[in-house]
Amino acid sequence: MISVTPKNLSEQNVKLDLNNLSPEQVALEIKNLDLYYGNKQALQNISMSIPKGQVTAFIGPSGCGKSTLLRCINRMNDLVDSCKIEGQINLHGENIYNKHTDVAALRRKVGMVFQRPNPFPKSIYENVVYGLRITGENNRRVLDEAVEKSLRSAALWNEVKDRLHESALGLSGGQQQRLVIARAIAIEPEVLLLDEPTSALDPISTLTIEELINDLKKQFTVVIVTHNMQQAARVSDQTAFMYMGDLIEYSDTNTLFTTPMKKKTEDYITGRYG
Amino acid sequence: MNNWFKSGSPWVWLSAGGVSISLISVLGLLWLIASRGLSYFWPAQIHQFDMVDEHGKNNTVIGEIYDRESIPTSQLAHLNLDLDPTKDSIERLLIKTGNRELVSLDFRWILVPQVKEQTQPEDVVVVERRTNGNFYGFVEDIILDGKSVGIEKMPELVARVSEFQEEIEELQKVDIGAINYQIERTRLKERKHKLDETLTPELQLEFKNKVAGLRADYEVLEQALMGLRKKISRDQIVMRAMDGQKVTINFENVLKISFNNKLSLIGKIQMFFGQIAAFIVDDPREANTEGGVFPAIFGTVLMVLLMTVIVSPLGVVAAIYLHEYAGNNALTKLLRIAVINLAGVPSIVYGVFGLGFFVYMVGGSLDQLFYAETLPSPTFGTPGVMWSAITLAILTLPVVIVSTEEGLSRIPSAMRHGSLALGATKAETLWRIILPIASPAIMTGIILAIARAAGEVAPLMLVGVVKMAPNLPLDGNFPFLHLDRKFMHLGFHIYDVGFQSPNVEAARPLVYATALLLVSIIVTLNMTAVSIRNRLREKYRMLEH
Repeated sequence: MISVTPKNLSEQNVKLDLNNLSPEQVALEIKNLDLYYGNKQALQNISMSIPKGQVTAFIGPSGCGKSTLLRCINRMNDLVDSCKIEGQINLHGENIYNKHTDVAALRRKVGMVFQRPNPFPKSIYENVVYGLRITGENNRRVLDEAVEKSLRSAALWNEVKDRLHESALGLSGGQQQRLVIARAIAIEPEVLLLDEPTSALDPISTLTIEELINDLKKQFTVVIVTHNMQQAARVSDQTAFMYMGDLIEYSDTNTLFTTPMKKKTEDYITGRYG
Repeated sequence: MNNWFKSGSPWVWLSAGGVSISLISVLGLLWLIASRGLSYFWPAQIHQFDMVDEHGKNNTVIGEIYDRESIPTSQLAHLNLDLDPTKDSIERLLIKTGNRELVSLDFRWILVPQVKEQTQPEDVVVVERRTNGNFYGFVEDIILDGKSVGIEKMPELVARVSEFQEEIEELQKVDIGAINYQIERTRLKERKHKLDETLTPELQLEFKNKVAGLRADYEVLEQALMGLRKKISRDQIVMRAMDGQKVTINFENVLKISFNNKLSLIGKIQMFFGQIAAFIVDDPREANTEGGVFPAIFGTVLMVLLMTVIVSPLGVVAAIYLHEYAGNNALTKLLRIAVINLAGVPSIVYGVFGLGFFVYMVGGSLDQLFYAETLPSPTFGTPGVMWSAITLAILTLPVVIVSTEEGLSRIPSAMRHGSLALGATKAETLWRIILPIASPAIMTGIILAIARAAGEVAPLMLVGVVKMAPNLPLDGNFPFLHLDRKFMHLGFHIYDVGFQSPNVEAARPLVYATALLLVSIIVTLNMTAVSIRNRLREKYRMLEH
């Protein structure tokens, strides 16, 4: 068993009972979710509740479906033609897979950051305000404020404040990833999905991002996919372990890493496969 | 040897060889048309040849040397010439002698052995004329206002005449042209009212008065024009031709008088650039074999620009549909193959299609709907610059579609996902992210389209190009851009001048000069597009991850 020191847990006053959250504590509720790519079932009957204002991590070996599950939450899987989804994901008690759901509005509430930094080939400023401009916001003052606020939240302001109008492509990888986070939080989503946000970054940038995640949970519910177990242990409050499309175990991070209930979880976190 | 093969050098040599051959052919082509074309503008020396022909008669030939070649003496055996028997070939020269009113041909061959003396007289002049081509000879006398004044008055005369000429041209083209245009429009308006049965007597009277007013204006201008013509016709220049005949040339017929043999190098250079400028800005004369090519330049550029304006949005929108919205099924694949195959259809087929569909069907219907008053003379139901632009747009559409689609498929999906994840719809993503990033690829398509369209002549002969267009498609008369007009085109001009003119020998340098101009225009259009593309590329350069 690896030794981890989950520093978050020490700060946490109340340990949540993940199976019996009160409605106010729940940000997202996933109910009996099945997902198929063509004939192949990629997610099997996933049910879980993701608590508000906390960091929830999905871990598991490659191909276990953790990224797929994450993409279900803001319906990015809609972009895959052969993808079919059954079950529910409730946000504010409403199923996002309803026929009437405005997907664009949903994605404004559930922001997402991808594995590789993907800034647009525009200026830093324009990258951050992109989501706002989409909503029709063109007031210079509002945009300026949003840029400063988001960049500060993403711990990037001091590095780029003098070159806001230069191309975002001139930033380093770590800076680009933080810019993408700033871009996502500029539209003030409720939930922030991070899909292996540090896998393309060097250790120092990774550390910066991890610290950032810690700050972000004050404002947002954060769901992070990672295949780096130490990272999950460092940044998350809850961890879900997935294997072959099944949710094997889901509990608070400390419990999962110190006293896993399932054999498969134990095998994975002790490095027997993965 | 084996090692040499293994080292890869043969491959390097082979590929470098390929590049050199392409480079040499391109540069060779440019050098050929540039040297032949530009030499047309260089003021040539005028030679006087004193000759004795095979019958012992003396003879003088004055003119420019156009060409020289050597021919075997055996070919000339039937002429019974007195030739040096030790040589088996002699040289002959092609001389441009002009003076069309005296000899029917502008050119004649002379045999070098018959030349007794070759000189370059200082005071020989070339008179460039509006009609009848050049005149070579000596100035005998100048007649100003009907009185003989002597040669020394020549500069004054030249200045005076060019002033009159400008006035006449201005009157003819701008003022009288505008009045004619207005009279025609008034007539059409009246006809329209008649057709719609809304022509009241008051209106009829109004139209009548308007036409009468315009006609009065016309009369005034006509009088002024006649006055100018009369003034100018009293000035004459008396010339002595090579065979001693005296010829009187009316000054209204004279464009330029130059003492080529007296010119210094600087003078020649000045004249060279002056001639180039005149070639670019002047209208053609003498069935296109002389004068400039301005209407053809204008027509070519205007048509290509119109074509670009039509093809770019159409091609981009079609490519977006194929790539972004159409499902990835058999029908889409079929469509794509069909589009690519369109690029292989011979261009004359597009011309036939354009004539049948656009000109006769669409244009004919437009005429019946909107221009009924001009019928039976068609407005849009006849070839014109708009139909040419549309036909070429259809012709170049596949190029734009294919390169835009390629550009779209090269954009990493992370860009789309990033935008969609921020709550943008597909259309917003396309508009704000995808199209800007794809713009260099779109520009590439447009560049290829321009390159193809600017050089295309065959379909245009069916849908709008003419040998000689009386008016430019753009002028000062409302609505300024006349899309229904026929136009001139440099590519067709080359064909017309080089192969359809009565004076092929004289037109040959003109063909090269026009070709050079066509190439430079296409290169300019392309370079503009390329520089725009490069700027876009720099702007949307993706970082290598």
